Amino acid sequence: MKRNKNGASMAALRKLLRVIGRYKLLLVFSVLLSAATVILQLCVPILFGDAIDKVVSRGNVDFEAAGALLLRIGILVALASLGSWAMNLINNRLSLMTVRDIRKSAIRKIQVLPLSFIDSHPSGDVIQRVIADTDQLSEGLLLGFNQLFGGVVMIVVTLVFMFSKDVWISLMVVALTPLSFLVAKFISSRSFSMFQKQTASRGRQTAFVNEIVGGEKVVKAFGREKTTCARFAEMNAELEGYSRRAVFFSSLTNPSTRFVNNIIYALVAMVGALRIISDPLALTVGGLTVLLSYANQYMKPFNDISSVITEMQNALACADRVFELMEAKEETPDAPKELSGVKGNVEIEDVSFSYDKSKSLIEHFSFSAPQGTMAAIVGPTGCGKTTLINLLMRFYDADAGCIRVDGNRTQDVTRHSLRRAYGMVLQETWIMDGTVRDNIAFGKRDATDEEIIRAAKDAHSWEFIRRLPKRLDTVLSESSLSQGQKQLLCITRVMLLRPPMLILDEATSSIDTRTELLIQEAFKKLMQGKTSFIVAHRLSTIRSADRIIVMRDGKIVEQGSHEKLMARNGFYAELYNAQFASTAQ
Amino acid sequence: MKRLTRYLTQYKKEIVLAPGLKLAEALMDLLSPLVVAAIINKGIGGGNRGFVVLCFVCLMAFGILGMAFSFAAQWFAAKASVGFAAKLRQALMEHIQTLSYTEIDSVGTDTLITRMTSDVNQVQNGLNLALRLLLRSPFIVFGAVIMAFTIDVKSALIFAMALPVLSAVVFGIMYRSIPLHAKSQKALDRLLGKTRENLGGARVIRAFCREEDEIREFDEANEAVNKLNLFVGRLSAFMNPATYLIINVATMLLIHVGAIRVNAGHISQGDLVALYNYMAQIVIELIKLASLIISINKALACARRVSAVLDTETSMRYPERSAPFVETDSAVCFRDVSFSYKDSGDNAVEHISFETRKGETIGIIGGTGSGKSTVANLIPRFYDATEGSVTVNGVDVKDYAEGELNSLIGVVPQSALLFKGSIRENLLWGKSDAPDEALWEALETAQAKEIVLGKPDELDFTIEQGGKNLSGGQRQRLTIARALVKKPEILILDDSASALDFATDLRLRRAIASLGDMTVFIVSQRASGVKHADRILVLDDGKLAGQGTHGELMASCEVYRQIYYSQFPEEKEAVGGEA
Repeated sequence: MKRNKNGASMAALRKLLRVIGRYKLLLVFSVLLSAATVILQLCVPILFGDAIDKVVSRGNVDFEAAGALLLRIGILVALASLGSWAMNLINNRLSLMTVRDIRKSAIRKIQVLPLSFIDSHPSGDVIQRVIADTDQLSEGLLLGFNQLFGGVVMIVVTLVFMFSKDVWISLMVVALTPLSFLVAKFISSRSFSMFQKQTASRGRQTAFVNEIVGGEKVVKAFGREKTTCARFAEMNAELEGYSRRAVFFSSLTNPSTRFVNNIIYALVAMVGALRIISDPLALTVGGLTVLLSYANQYMKPFNDISSVITEMQNALACADRVFELMEAKEETPDAPKELSGVKGNVEIEDVSFSYDKSKSLIEHFSFSAPQGTMAAIVGPTGCGKTTLINLLMRFYDADAGCIRVDGNRTQDVTRHSLRRAYGMVLQETWIMDGTVRDNIAFGKRDATDEEIIRAAKDAHSWEFIRRLPKRLDTVLSESSLSQGQKQLLCITRVMLLRPPMLILDEATSSIDTRTELLIQEAFKKLMQGKTSFIVAHRLSTIRSADRIIVMRDGKIVEQGSHEKLMARNGFYAELYNAQFASTAQ
Repeated sequence: MKRLTRYLTQYKKEIVLAPGLKLAEALMDLLSPLVVAAIINKGIGGGNRGFVVLCFVCLMAFGILGMAFSFAAQWFAAKASVGFAAKLRQALMEHIQTLSYTEIDSVGTDTLITRMTSDVNQVQNGLNLALRLLLRSPFIVFGAVIMAFTIDVKSALIFAMALPVLSAVVFGIMYRSIPLHAKSQKALDRLLGKTRENLGGARVIRAFCREEDEIREFDEANEAVNKLNLFVGRLSAFMNPATYLIINVATMLLIHVGAIRVNAGHISQGDLVALYNYMAQIVIELIKLASLIISINKALACARRVSAVLDTETSMRYPERSAPFVETDSAVCFRDVSFSYKDSGDNAVEHISFETRKGETIGIIGGTGSGKSTVANLIPRFYDATEGSVTVNGVDVKDYAEGELNSLIGVVPQSALLFKGSIRENLLWGKSDAPDEALWEALETAQAKEIVLGKPDELDFTIEQGGKNLSGGQRQRLTIARALVKKPEILILDDSASALDFATDLRLRRAIASLGDMTVFIVSQRASGVKHADRILVLDDGKLAGQGTHGELMASCEVYRQIYYSQFPEEKEAVGGEA
């Protein structure tokens, strides 16, 4: 998968050009304006130099010529200001609009990415691609391109102007230029290794801080404060050593290149002055002023370009990451058929599935749940019960075999119509930032308050909702409700829809008994007459199930009714009995 | 802020030398236009080649000196800022260790981590910049103006006029745009939140077919960010052209006035060139100053946040020496204890009274928010009771010297937290000099022996940060072992078996029960976990709803019965559903 680096960069650039599409004209304008502004700005010192040449000495001042020059300067300055203003506005628009457009397509992309992508990529990483990387991309590449172009124009024009003033001095400046690069390179190679050490050391320290401060309560409970501080002091001393040198070495670049610049400046001053003395016609004082001011700013575009190039390399890496997201494989397209009037006959036919194709997981699994069946899925924590949910909801597609709803293969109907037929309550409750109403009416945006309240009463969530400061209008965040309340709210969401089939995931622990009773009540109400799949932890739920699927290590090991499974005296019986055993026995 | 400056005083020398040397360097920069003026006036004017070469030597000397000053300044600045940051981090770490649970709760661990890492780094960068540049730029600006005045007062007046106008434009734009940046950052946070929502909630969003709505809401947030940024951009787009225009208009004026002055014989052509050069220096420095002020402002904000952490005083006081040992049979005793968490008005627990004998096993049961963990946390004095008293071994917990109480009590917290390092290192947290046999013993009791035996290096197996390379159940059992290594008199298991299956949970409870003389508190949601305790405390909404043995409670305590039957419905049926 390792791509050729340059090839990848070119590809990223081409893709970027496609993305900016309709802003291409802006880009062209921006580049042209940048060139024009640079040229105008470079002309100004020349004219100033000419003007100074008209001001020679007492009584020897050509006011008329100087005035004319000043007028021209005025016009050029005004144009340059306008030009750079327009360029700034255009750049701004160009980069911001590109970012906006990329993000717009990114969110659309996310909605059609297979769940396997979302599950296997840490959300922080994807967020970074959508938010930070796009910013970097637009600033680094678009503006970088612009700056790069401007810088090259500046160097070329400066050279042209300098050579027009004095060839020999200009040659000298050009000859000395590499000196500055050498110095900068020498220093950066020295500081690079220190920076690496600093980064590594800082990384270790940050990890330690995260761990210790994150677990501060445990540190205190075990009285480990002193040991911790001592460990930290060691790491801190190490970091201080590396950091001091890294900061110092890296801060040498500027003074060093400035020194090289000063040498060039001094040489230009001396050689220029000597040339004026020996041949006043070859070079004027004004001309020398121009050369000096160019000598001063000649290095700047070089420095700028080198930093722009680093920036652009970063940006290209970001662009790669962004495009990787944008080009990730999408879900298989939907079949056009809509599933409607679902009764709830679910048929799992010889299904095989595994996340990691090299390790088999579910193999040749068949199961039938006619309308109104309550199927319980049981097994120890982490045994892969969610895999079944993934398949039923078509979050993942089965590798072989098929699942039928009322006789329709799920691959043959649209995902939306299939998912609408299910109501899903997961153990890991998910509450979005927004009001209670937004959260309940999540699947039915146009629900009236009466409907919402009725659903909330049926799901027993109304008891806590009515006690919230603004009831349905209370704004929620992840932390404002207890785990049990969150689950009740999620049940209410489904209660509002009353779909023909259900997928419920009972919470394992950390819910208080009363809420738990309410949740069970709500589940019961929801399940009346519906086909339901319930990931069960509670014996009462399990026992009242029509069929039980027993899972272990991701695989389905047993299935059948409670009595049948107990009679078998297998894994299920072992699980079941453990719950009743007591310490004393 | 005063707290922070304390750590700076050790770098007095560096703090004076760094900017001082930087000024010396700036002085070199300021002098060179004068030398160039001399070259033009005396050298070219007088045709004196020797003088020109002398001036060149002078310029070179200024350059070398400037570089030397600058190197030295950078070294002192690096030393002071990096050293200061290191001292600050250490101080923060030590200070955080003194905070009690109350302060950790109210400040929040995420905040503390950010303060220690990125905020301190920002302060370091800010200090480094400030030491090097904060004086330099204004010095050059004013220096250039003063130099201009020494050359010619009348021409220099143009500088005096241009400077306020320039400053007004630069700082005016900054003043308007800085708060807008904060606003656009907020808008971006919202967009970020929306993205996170779409990833974290992907299953729910798809289950409810809400993709289109999510896209619409994201688009709205996206537009908001875009609009704000465009506005800020329009504002700052003005900065460069405006300063460029002002400075060049001023230069034009300068040439115009200069021409009159030269014509009248007040100044020479070389002087005019020098004035012109000073003007150029001013713009460069003003723009540097503007960006410097932005960075320093950010660093100051970070410094204030760091300082706020150091200002947080611990609310827990310890006596110098523990109160004398009391001969008693009482292990833990609560007398009318009430407690409310800081910043929350309601009591988390109210009027709790109970007493336990040494060697007893006590179950604490109740729903979430009923106050189980709070009671458990009050025993090792993680928090101080708001009212009433808690005694351990007959002595009030407040009368134990720092660390004394800790050594009596082993706590297994709800979240099974392990630290990066070998299993042995983690277990030694309980008792730093415990021999391997003691570790194995603890592991066996905690039902964790086979976990360790199953790892490649057994006790030397490296646990990754946060115990990522272990399952939840494995982590829980190891944290239990860690507490057991301590061989505590009192063991508190705060819902620490939740990730264990019933069979392992059972074996664990049996093993702990066999240890004999230890007083054990088992906080649990499972009735099966506390059923066989010598005494069960039933908590409901912060109040003690009942205490006694399982049998007693089944007969007398409605709350307990409810909990029990919800978990053992069969037995309810057996009793005939009377409850």
